[in-house]
Amino acid sequence: MNSKVIRVSFFAFIAVAALAIINIKCTPSVGQEIPDVVDYNFHVRPILSDRCFACHGPDEKKREANLRLDTEAGAYAALEDNPKAHAIVKGNPEASEVYKRIVATDTSIKMPPPSSNLTITENEIKIIKKWIAQGAKIKKHWAFIPPQKSELRKADKDWVKNEIDYFTFDKMKSVGLSPSDQASKETLLKRVSFDLTGLPPTVEMQDAFLKDESPNAYEKVVNQLLKSKHFGEKMALNWLDVARYADSHGYQDDGLRTMWPWRDWVIHAFNSNYSYKKFITWQLAGDILADKMKWHPKAKEMLLATGFNRNHKITQEGGVIDEEYRVEYVTDRTNTFGKSVLALTLECAKCHTHKYDPISHEEYYGTFAFFNQVPEKGLFGTIDASFADPPNMRIKDEDVKSIFNFINKKDTSKLEVMVMKDSSKVRPTYILERGNYDSHGKVVDFTTPKAILDFKGYDKNRYGLTRWLFDDKNPITSRVYVNRIWEQFFGRGIVKTTGDFGMQGELPTHPELLDWMASDFKQNGWNIKRLVKQIVTSATYMQSSVVKDEHKKIDPENKYLARSTRMRIPAENVRDHVLATSGLLNPEIGGPSVKPYQPKGLWEVATSGRGSLATYVQDHGKDLYRRGMYIFIKRTVPPPAMLIFDASNRDQCEVQRTRTNTPLQALAMLNDPHVLESARVMAQEELSKNTSIDLAINNGFRKILCRMPSKKESDILKKYFEEELVFFKKQPQKIKSLQKIGEYEHKTVKDPVALAALLQTFQMMFNMEETLIRI
Amino acid sequence: MENEFLKNRLNVNRRHFLGKAAVGLGSLGLGSLLMPNLFKGDMAEAGLPLGLPHFAPKAKRVIYLFQNGAPSQLESFDYKPMLNKLAGQDLPESIRNGQRLTGMTASQTNFPMVGSYFKFAQHGKSGAWISELFPNIAKIADDICIVKTMNTEAINHDPALTFLQTGAQVGNRPSMGAWLSYGLGSENQNLPAFCVLLSRGRGNGQGVYSKLWTNGFLDSTHQGVVFSSGEDPILYLNNPEGTDKTSRRRMLDKLAELNHLGFEENRDPEVEAKIKQYEMAYRMQTAVPELTDLSKEPDHIIKMYGPDCLVPGTYAANALLARKLSESGVRFVQLYHQGWDQHGNLTGEMPLQAQDVDRASAALVTDLKQRGLLDETLVIWGGEFGRTNYSQGKFGVDNYGRDHHPRAYSIWMAGGGIKGGTVYGETDELGYNIIKDPVHIHDFHATVMHTMGLNHEQLNYKHLGRRYRLTDIAGKVIPGLLA
Repeated sequence: MNSKVIRVSFFAFIAVAALAIINIKCTPSVGQEIPDVVDYNFHVRPILSDRCFACHGPDEKKREANLRLDTEAGAYAALEDNPKAHAIVKGNPEASEVYKRIVATDTSIKMPPPSSNLTITENEIKIIKKWIAQGAKIKKHWAFIPPQKSELRKADKDWVKNEIDYFTFDKMKSVGLSPSDQASKETLLKRVSFDLTGLPPTVEMQDAFLKDESPNAYEKVVNQLLKSKHFGEKMALNWLDVARYADSHGYQDDGLRTMWPWRDWVIHAFNSNYSYKKFITWQLAGDILADKMKWHPKAKEMLLATGFNRNHKITQEGGVIDEEYRVEYVTDRTNTFGKSVLALTLECAKCHTHKYDPISHEEYYGTFAFFNQVPEKGLFGTIDASFADPPNMRIKDEDVKSIFNFINKKDTSKLEVMVMKDSSKVRPTYILERGNYDSHGKVVDFTTPKAILDFKGYDKNRYGLTRWLFDDKNPITSRVYVNRIWEQFFGRGIVKTTGDFGMQGELPTHPELLDWMASDFKQNGWNIKRLVKQIVTSATYMQSSVVKDEHKKIDPENKYLARSTRMRIPAENVRDHVLATSGLLNPEIGGPSVKPYQPKGLWEVATSGRGSLATYVQDHGKDLYRRGMYIFIKRTVPPPAMLIFDASNRDQCEVQRTRTNTPLQALAMLNDPHVLESARVMAQEELSKNTSIDLAINNGFRKILCRMPSKKESDILKKYFEEELVFFKKQPQKIKSLQKIGEYEHKTVKDPVALAALLQTFQMMFNMEETLIRI
Repeated sequence: MENEFLKNRLNVNRRHFLGKAAVGLGSLGLGSLLMPNLFKGDMAEAGLPLGLPHFAPKAKRVIYLFQNGAPSQLESFDYKPMLNKLAGQDLPESIRNGQRLTGMTASQTNFPMVGSYFKFAQHGKSGAWISELFPNIAKIADDICIVKTMNTEAINHDPALTFLQTGAQVGNRPSMGAWLSYGLGSENQNLPAFCVLLSRGRGNGQGVYSKLWTNGFLDSTHQGVVFSSGEDPILYLNNPEGTDKTSRRRMLDKLAELNHLGFEENRDPEVEAKIKQYEMAYRMQTAVPELTDLSKEPDHIIKMYGPDCLVPGTYAANALLARKLSESGVRFVQLYHQGWDQHGNLTGEMPLQAQDVDRASAALVTDLKQRGLLDETLVIWGGEFGRTNYSQGKFGVDNYGRDHHPRAYSIWMAGGGIKGGTVYGETDELGYNIIKDPVHIHDFHATVMHTMGLNHEQLNYKHLGRRYRLTDIAGKVIPGLLA
């Protein structure tokens, strides 16, 4: 049920109907083998947490029979209603009440009770039995034990390129797999270009790399891409989802906001290789830091970075109760903090103590307190009252010429950005009973979940919070970030649930590797470019993505990394690829978001009619060809082509996108004017070069697929071109309407029939499966 | 017990498929946008397969006629003559009893009660009171169940709408249609399981937003697909000018050849999936325009829905389209008609809004009934909350406004498993508080799911460590609404 990632739509053919019925009868395959040594963290806790902790876990208000199974004290203690019995008797399953209850057939004592709709499988019962027999050792949750660098594993010296590979080699061998061959040079170049810049390699780059036979040819390319100004754009994509960045306030009137200078800062931060520590510290506490260091030349930049915590939605609905929404914003910041940097579902402790993880109701509001100090209103004004509700900062033109030279401000109009600020007097924070904004419980002090690290000796403000986060003893911060970066490059985190490192999250597939990398990242100053380079220069990353029979059999999900994963590129990069290939792309960085072609009427049919965003006013000229990440995001009606390819709606913090494969995507690639216009412009350019059709097709293929076509492919393409020639010769009136598409200059060519046929041929290439795959 | 359920359901399922098989392969084919949980062997939490109901359903499909902005219950289905008698008098504090007020009337010093400007009469065997604004709905009084005791906690549009559609006031949870798509899959492999149709009236409007039909944390194949009244009924559906069906076919054939070559190299099953999605897109290009073309509907149908139904994008056109989509097997059709937010000038605006929807709403129920589909189609009509029994702003018996009221409001339901010809629940004589049989939003959700054969406590999805349901942690089925 946790297959949120890489979900493919399977197809319902009648032939499989019978099979499906059989399928339904089987439980999904779980590892059927019982391990020799049962480990609490890896084998037992996932069962107990999922099936038992809701009633016998951290939440004391919901605890049944006063029995708590998530701590040693609770699990080994005598039962309250029967002091002679114990939930768990070390070494003796038959004497342990837990075991007796899960194997009971009498439904009045059976656990979990039938009313819970939960069951424990035979296999899981065996695991619990063996664990108790082996002494029932309870360990601290893995994510709360600080990571350590363990010894590198034994590996094939000829294969490994860096430390990562020792761990992955060992793991894949343990399941009976071997590394795949290194991917071809063309594949590698496409892969690393998309991964580091979100753009295809140009034909010139392809030629240069293919020609370069020096041993460090690949490393040179990697260095070149890491230096590219588009690196920051690519890295920013995921962070903009995390930060729920958008160009409108959200909620139903959904007016304009101007947070884009903050987005420009994110790109700048990645391009300047700010350490992760600085990147996060400035965003969470830049205002406090700037106050402490008014002399610092970058004090204003620190303040700008805090826009992170103001990217949440803000209501402009006339009748709302101010406090209700103010609390909502603080809640959003608190939950975003939990999900983005701690990978914990803090929000589960908003209404009551967390049911699975050791996060109390009080600790939730202790964390909430840090974000509860902003002098802000739930409802600042109705629509268009403000593009930047206070507290905000003014971006002055003279600053744009100096310290803010990364902000792409295009005119001299007034520009304000929302930022963070704390009121001079501390606002008391109450526990909110059941999470209701007006049900005040007792006052709480600033704190964080103790199970991670005690909040002692730090300043009681957001700066103190960042000190706690980056304290060397904090077990979670570096793991979470390393894991998320890992997911970007392998399509799956070492911990698959990148947003949940708690008890209900998945366990790491390579715990030692994750810990090694997390420690290494910390020891090397939280250096992001270094981490990225480490990943993309590993032999693990450089493998071929061909799916072999043994992969399908042993590891269809590619958990064990004996191959590279083919992944569809992110929504924004789909557009970037098409535009870059045709040469239409406007490579400008940052600036106000743009409004390219969009199907008519989408904003108009959904608007309340109020505000400047009631109608969609399309841009023209160069602004039509900006990268996907700069498309204007109106939260209530997000850009359709982006949503179709699984982009976030930016409603809330999201750390992970799904990757679906749907017919709507096919329709978008076939009929979106951007794609057609690109095909037209490419055809125009190729024909105006006066080269042969064969060469034109070949060039187009190299741009779109980033490799040379095979003989068979060339033949099919040529044949298709000729079929289309025949068609358009017969129906010349269709040529004109076909090439009308798009506002980009229409050049007259000598042979309009060939133009139409070539346009169709390029259009088909854009629709090839491989085109949108990071192979 | 559970095994028996399962066995029974598998049998139902097998019959279902054999039935389909007789119709021919053409009707099956590709996962709707799309469904195909049934074939994934995907298991719901309690070991029950998705794509099958939990018990014998009454309704197979839902059409939700959402009246966006909150139509006043006091001028539609909740008749309160006492308010006319007490017109102008202040609402007693004992009745208001701590109800929080919206920012729009919080500063009002008095709350003058006001009765309906429009006349009410009794209709049907149940003697249901219905206002003169809805003469056609009055005619189907014996087919519908009026619920007078809907209630919610939200007092503003965005949270109330979000609550009604997703089961939570805030957050990005899946909407009802997405849940049903996830739980039951699609009946038509060429259409999305969850379709959304938008229209706008002439009254004060509140926007709609894509969050209302979001898939939330469910797979994005369960997202509501908006059908637009523009050139492309579904985004990017039409081939570009200068190409046609035959040229599209030629491209897809060659494309499949190229993709097969790729597959021979990379052996990635995803390639096969891609080829199939292109084929489904191709079939949608034929199936969808045929369906959305209302011009071929016979005269008596046009007459029934009213002439507006030939104007694309109107409520009437959407109601007729909803019938066609539903008839074709779309699991959940969601309409939104905007413009029901009468804070002022209620007497001027509400007749216009009623005029937009009265005839077509009644026609839809009748049309389904005549086709023998009403029994298996659940029709729901209503807004996100009610309106206050006191006037907002300037008071006058013939010109007044009403603010938001969460404590009691009216909706109606018809068809699939609902007891027609009934009025459920009672409010006090001032129409402010519920005195009998409340139906909370969570109860409403539980009941709707029940008619679809789903146990609201069993259909859940584990996301970031927690199992979520449409009904969150509450909700009970209301037997009084069921046939």
